[in-house]
Amino acid sequence: MSSEAASLELREVVKRYPGTDEPAVDNLSLEVPAGEICVLVGPSGCGKTTAMRMVNRMIDITDGDILLDGGSITERSPAELRREIGYVIQQIGLFPHRTIGDNIAVVPRLLGWDKQRVSDRVDELLELIGLDAEMRERYPAQLSGGQRQRVGVARALAGDPPLMLMDEPFGAIDPINRERLQNEFLRLQAELRKTIVFVTHDIDEAIKMGDRIAVLQKGGKLAQFASPAELLTNPVSPFVEDFVGADRALKRLALQRVRDIDLWKGALCRTGESTADVRARLADADLEFPLLVDGDGRPLGWLSERGMAGERVMEDLRSRAEPTVEMDDIMRDALSDLLANQTMYGPVLDDQGRVQGILSLRAIAGALNIRPEDVPSGAGLAETSSPS
Amino acid sequence: MSQAAVLAQAPEGFFTQRDPEDLDCVAQNGFCPSWIVENFDRYVDPFFQHVYLTLVSLIIGFAIAFTLGLLAHRQRWLAGPLTAMTSVLYTIPSIALFLMLLPLTGRGNTTALIALVAYTQLIIFRNVVNGLRQVPPDIVDAAEGMGLTPMQTLLRVEVPMALPEILAGLRIAASTIVGLATLAFFAGAGGLGAEIAAQINFKSNVVVAGGLAVLLAAGLDLAVLGIQRALMPWRRAVAA
Repeated sequence: MSSEAASLELREVVKRYPGTDEPAVDNLSLEVPAGEICVLVGPSGCGKTTAMRMVNRMIDITDGDILLDGGSITERSPAELRREIGYVIQQIGLFPHRTIGDNIAVVPRLLGWDKQRVSDRVDELLELIGLDAEMRERYPAQLSGGQRQRVGVARALAGDPPLMLMDEPFGAIDPINRERLQNEFLRLQAELRKTIVFVTHDIDEAIKMGDRIAVLQKGGKLAQFASPAELLTNPVSPFVEDFVGADRALKRLALQRVRDIDLWKGALCRTGESTADVRARLADADLEFPLLVDGDGRPLGWLSERGMAGERVMEDLRSRAEPTVEMDDIMRDALSDLLANQTMYGPVLDDQGRVQGILSLRAIAGALNIRPEDVPSGAGLAETSSPS
Repeated sequence: MSQAAVLAQAPEGFFTQRDPEDLDCVAQNGFCPSWIVENFDRYVDPFFQHVYLTLVSLIIGFAIAFTLGLLAHRQRWLAGPLTAMTSVLYTIPSIALFLMLLPLTGRGNTTALIALVAYTQLIIFRNVVNGLRQVPPDIVDAAEGMGLTPMQTLLRVEVPMALPEILAGLRIAASTIVGLATLAFFAGAGGLGAEIAAQINFKSNVVVAGGLAVLLAAGLDLAVLGIQRALMPWRRAVAA
């Protein structure tokens, strides 16, 4: 269904408005490989939207060049170029006088597709964004904000463009629906693999959405261009460090899942087992008290001294095994669970509920030192993400 | 003898009167229903002449003002001079304009139409420009960003969205022109105004001629409203 994504390259791009001393975009060079999401992020007035709008010639570049799949955009007529580039803006800009179906069909019709193909494409996209086919005949004012935003994305995808430009696409949506739309979009992208330039002022959104993040600072200067993990681990300047926030260690945890880190090895035991065997296992474990499990390997609780006093393990717990975390949990959530239960340790379960290891605060601290390239991001993170 | 004198001065239609009571009513320039019924024919031609003057000047006037409005929207520097020009046209007293044109274009429809078209300009032009200006910029941005050419954006997005304002201008212009066309007889173009002026003291005459003008204005207003509803299904859908 999808045409090949295009690579994008900005080469020393400059935008200077007449009558101003400072350029709006200053010598910006970026390379975005085909199929990746590149987020432009920075404070207001940093030129991120200007930089994005130069890609489809909504703003003309003063100097430098922009290459789409190796060809300069300046050699294309603006209208023709734009039909090949999906365009989503914060205000969405649906045509209020056209039905949803007609709104989605704008670019296919401009491209001269025949009626049947346009109609099929509209149906396909409505399904893709999860809207009922009957919505086709409605007008934008009859839809909710979230539905309008989905239609905006569908409209941008309609011509099957190899590149999409998205300017704060979820900026006007309330936080709960925003998160839902972000997740939906990442799942969509995992399937479509478009090249995307995504503009936001929100560093959390940038970290969540981006395969690569370009942090811009005032005057349109590139402060850092790196993967989310790299950005959080090694901010190159005080500006970037300040911009990503004092909680950047916690933000890194948001990029990792429990399965990504080195878990501690616990000593598992069952009721009636020889305590000598359990002691032998304890010597080999990272934790000095054993975890009692049932016949299926599900955790019952932390065993007390008395439980280990005799020849055989007795069911005598010092505490229940709360909380338990799952392999697919986001590290940040898992840490929060430990803190909420005022405990240092929690058993990690697989999807059958069997203990696979122990998550401890020290293991989490250790995880923050892992190499950034081992941390998945963007679409990679969404593939295993469940709807929140 | 005295009756003969009245007869001599009375309009032609007077001779059709037989009922003495009516005779009395007409003699007193009163409101005489039966006279109206019997003399209605004499208003048909002036009425259609009035319709002709109104419709032709509205169509020509709309075509010119709409084009000027689009031009002023695309070339922003034209908006000022064009607004000034149409405003000047609008401020010339109407009778003066009819009389001023007489030496140039002579008596007749041409003179009347030129003057009437001139009066439509400010109203329609201003509403076209304002309507286009009120289209939300993000919608225009989205249209251009998707690859509509500037002309496609104008005709497929901006004009449809400005329609309520544009048609509101057309409605005001229509009722204004129906009124002004009653003065067209100064330019020798007839119309209902000629009938009113011919017997301005005769109540029956003034009521019928004036009433027809009012009906024409109301009818045109409803017609434009109908066009508006037909052209803007999205407004109905949202209200429903």
